[in-house]
Formats: sequence, structure tokens, C-alpha cells
Amino acid sequence: MKPNDVILKSVTRVAAVIISTFSIYLFMNGHHHPGGGFIGGLSTASAIVLLYLSFGIEKVRENIRVDFKKLAAIGVLIALVTGMAGVVFGKPFLSQAFGYYDLPIFGNTELASALIFDTGVALAVIGTAVNIILSISEDR
Amino acid sequence: MNNLLIAPIILPLLTGMVLIVFQKNIMLQRILSLVALLATIVTSVLLMNQIRDGGIQTLQLGGWEAPYGISLVGDMFSALLLLATSIVSVGCLVYAFSSIGRRQEKLYFYPLFLFLITGVNGSFLTGDLFNLYVCFEVFLVASYVLITVGGAKRQLRESLKYIFTNIIASAFFLIGVAYLYSITGTLNLADLSIRISEIGQDGLITTVAILFLIVFAMKAGLLLYFWLPGSYSVPPTAIAAIFAALLTKVGIYAIFRMFTLVFYHEPQITHLFIGILAAITMILGGLGASGYSDLRKILTYNVIISVGFIMAGLVSLTPAGITGSIYYLIHDILIKAIVFLIGGTIVHLTGTSDLKNISGLIRLHPQLGWMFFIAALSMVGIPPLSGFLGKVFTTQGVFEAGYYWLGIIGLAASLLILYSMIKLFMNAFWGETILSVEEEKGTTKGLLFPIALLTVASVALGVGAEAITGYVAQAAEELLNPNLYIQAVFE
Repeated sequence: MKPNDVILKSVTRVAAVIISTFSIYLFMNGHHHPGGGFIGGLSTASAIVLLYLSFGIEKVRENIRVDFKKLAAIGVLIALVTGMAGVVFGKPFLSQAFGYYDLPIFGNTELASALIFDTGVALAVIGTAVNIILSISEDR
Repeated sequence: MNNLLIAPIILPLLTGMVLIVFQKNIMLQRILSLVALLATIVTSVLLMNQIRDGGIQTLQLGGWEAPYGISLVGDMFSALLLLATSIVSVGCLVYAFSSIGRRQEKLYFYPLFLFLITGVNGSFLTGDLFNLYVCFEVFLVASYVLITVGGAKRQLRESLKYIFTNIIASAFFLIGVAYLYSITGTLNLADLSIRISEIGQDGLITTVAILFLIVFAMKAGLLLYFWLPGSYSVPPTAIAAIFAALLTKVGIYAIFRMFTLVFYHEPQITHLFIGILAAITMILGGLGASGYSDLRKILTYNVIISVGFIMAGLVSLTPAGITGSIYYLIHDILIKAIVFLIGGTIVHLTGTSDLKNISGLIRLHPQLGWMFFIAALSMVGIPPLSGFLGKVFTTQGVFEAGYYWLGIIGLAASLLILYSMIKLFMNAFWGETILSVEEEKGTTKGLLFPIALLTVASVALGVGAEAITGYVAQAAEELLNPNLYIQAVFE
């Protein structure tokens, strides 16, 4: 008998968008408030895993053509390279910089190098978390 | 502030991550990992010279001052170990090129190997107890995967034991960290040292010290070595060699660091306890090494004996004893890699590790035989080879401190090493040559070069000991004088 998963699929279509939006909020919020790359990445990963659960591995793989192992490695690379930027300017490893700039649309905005570092962390977490779930599900 | 300190951690990590992205390109994997490890050798030599000229080097990550931020501290002891680590890792890597097999090379062997080195280097450099835990986990996780490379049944069985023991030890490590944090309110090693000397090392702190000792003893194979002979004899040769050379040594390093920098106030309890453990370890290791007639078992029990011997120098807490331990530690990192590589090559040639079925290899493989002979003499401590100075100074220090029983057991253990190594040499290399070239299960093509490389390094360490005497003396002085470390961190 074919399992009836209409409810799961319909909810996932909406929920995945909401979770992704919320994870972007968490990610951006992390600079001054609770949040940041790690939990932002983890909640994004939960949205992707939800997609895998309800639509099946094959179908999602057709639409999200990302090798999550490589994604994790690239994430770590981004984080490391951001850390190294401090070394280039003669500061200790992992030093960060920030400044306030007048941008169109956003107005006076704070830009921080920590955000790039956090992007790396987020990618590494997404890659690792999804990869763990995928390798467990493929193991038969 | 010295950014060079991060290089031995960053270089292998960065390269490993790049290699994950280019997983399929084996040539690139080999070249890049070799380049990364060679660069690590260069940086550790640079670091050694900077430390010699400018004292202990520190780096506060992100500019957050100690004790609030994460400190990296490079003293001479760490720098010497870094150098030995990177030389050995190059040797084992080159050996892996022609022995590990295409399939494993595609299954992330090189990134994992580099992560292992990252963790080991990180443990040597970190100045923070929690980061020590993290670095331990980094190389342990890499080793969990590496021990199963090949996926044979007995590998999976042994890896299960290995993972369980290490997870339990890591849990105790965390508990110890929590205790120490609740007592002192800090985890920076230099800050810990200050606070413990201010409030005094009372019974509670000594108990926590013993807890740490148990954790590190489990990792180092000091008495708690029950997991070691099994796990070190199952992985492929290159991996077994790097395990034997490095993993127990990180535990030894941690014991040295904690018991010279933080818990040094009650040596009559803690250090005596270490001494008793070391003595039992040497006796049991010696019995194991001389009793077994399995090549791999003999070699792994030799790893255990040397752990006990290195600890004996720490127990003495005299300049001579510590100097001896440092010499012996560096010597042992090199020599254990050599004998494990040679042992693995013998198994590769003959297809068996049972000494009764191996004989007369020296006729067809004279280089292998003579290199093993040199390594055996060096392990026993025949001058002018590298084991000699370590044995002399350690024994001298132990006798000076009045631990006669420990010194005598150490010397007796050396005799057992001699017996076991000569037994191995005579059985495997002398006698009737039973296998002709055609009958051998493999060739030594590409395998002899890395062994020769490490043998040259080991002989150079013995013959050219004069060149590093100054460095070792400085390392011993820094270990015996915690104030140098503390001042460097809080300058």
C-alpha cells in the first residue's frame, strides 16, 4: 500500500520556507544577539532534512545539486581564510574588523568581517548535519 | 604575539579541506599533502629558533587577552615535538603513497591523515585546557576512521574497543575540566597554574589531578594500555606507524604539561603515583614484548615499555631527568615509526606476522635488515645512536632523585627490549631463506625510501646530538620553571 503523505508534503512546502526564513533571521541576528552561524546553519539543515524526509532523497537531489561533503569543506575553508585575513594585516589570527557604511536601501549599516566567518561556520554545519542524516538513511 | 604559532595547525587543516573538495584527483592529493607537511617542518624549525632567541612565544587568538581568550603557547618542548611529529608524518605519508591502495586514497585517506596531524599539533600548541580537549577529539575522530581503513573484520572489532575506551576517557576528561573550572574559575593553563599556587594544592585539587592522570594514562598507555596491543596491530602499516609514533606521545605530552605547569605542588603524591604506574607499565610491557612471538605484538609492547620509561624522567623532576625524557620522547617518536614501518613491510612481504613462519629475510632484503638492526640498537640505547642520551640522562635523573627502584626497573626493561628486538631480528632476518623472490607476497618497491629517510633522521639525532643539546636544555628549563610559561602568556 502506498503511504498517504499528503499532509506531510503540504505542510513541508510551507514549513520549509518558514524555517529557512527564520534561520536567516537567526544567522543575521547572531552578531549582537543570541543566534549566529552555528544555529543558523543547524536550522537550515533541519529545513533541508525535512525536504528529504517528505519528498524522498532522489527528488530533492535532482533539485538541490549540492555535494554536502564539499559544502562542509568549503565552509571550513571560508572560515579559515577569514581568520587568516587578520594575519595579513599583522593582527593575531582570527582578528575581526567592522565598520559603519551608508548603503543604498539599507541606510547606515554595520558591516563586520565576523559575518563572513559565520557564513563559513553555517555552511560547514549545514554540510555536516545533512551529510550525517543522508549517510544514515542510505545505510541499509 | 606570534602568528607563526598557528601555522602548524592551519597548514594541515587548510590542505585537508582543499583535498576534500578535490577528492578524485589522487596526484594532487599526494603532492598537496606532502607540501603541507614539508611546510610544517619548516615552520617548526623557524619556531624553534625564534623560541631559542626570544623565549616562549604566544598568540592570543583574535586579540582577546589571556585568560579570557584562547591562548596558543609555543615553548621549546612543544616546538621539538612539533618538529619530530612533522618529520615522522612525512615519512609515514610517503610510505602510504605506495602501500595504502587506490581505493583508500579516494576515500579521504589524505584529508584524514592531515586532520590527525592538525589535532596532534594543536594539542602541543594550545595553552588552554578546554582546547586541549578539543584538539584531542580532533585527532581521535580522525584516528577512529583511519583505524578502520580497509574494513577487515578484525579491524572493526578492534576499532570498537578503541572507540569505547577513548570515549570513556574523553568523558572523564570533560568531568575533570568541569571540576577544575568549578574550583578555580579558569581553564587557561597559565592562569590555572597561578590560581592553584595561590590557593594551594589541597586534597580536592590533588584528587582532580589524579583524575586527569587516569585520563591521560588511558591515552598514553601508561598502565591502562589494555586497548593498545589490539588497536595498533590492525590498521594498515602506514597508519599503525603514525599511531605508534604519535598518539601515545600526545598523552605523554599532556601528562608532562599538566604535572609540570599546574599540579606540581604535591610531587610526593602525584609524581610518586606516576612513578609506580611507570614501573608496573615497564614490567608488564617487558614481559609482553619478550613473551609473544608475534611480530606486531612484540612491537606494540615495546611502545608500552617506552611510555613507562619516558614517565620515569618526569617522576624525578630534576633537570637531568626531564632532559632525558625529552631526548627519549623525540627519539621514540622517530624510532617507533621506523620499527612499525619495517614490521609492516615484513608482514607485507611474507604475508604473516607469526615469527615462526618468517626466516632469512636478510639475504634478499639486506637494507631492511640492517635498518631494523640499527633501530633495535637505538631502542636499547647503544651509543652513539639516539636512544643512548635519553637513557643516560633519565637514569641519572631518577637516581639523583632517589628513586633507585624506578631506575633499576628502567634498566631491566631495556634488557627486555634488547631481548625482544634481537629475538625478532634473529628470527625474521637470520636463518634459512624460506621465501624466494617469486614466492613473496609483495615487493618493497617504494617502501624502503621512507624507512631510510626516518632512519637517517634517527641516526642524525644520535650522532648530531650536540646540535640540539641547547634546545633540549632550554626545553627542560622551561618545564621545570612554570613562571617562564606564565610570564610569557601574561606579558
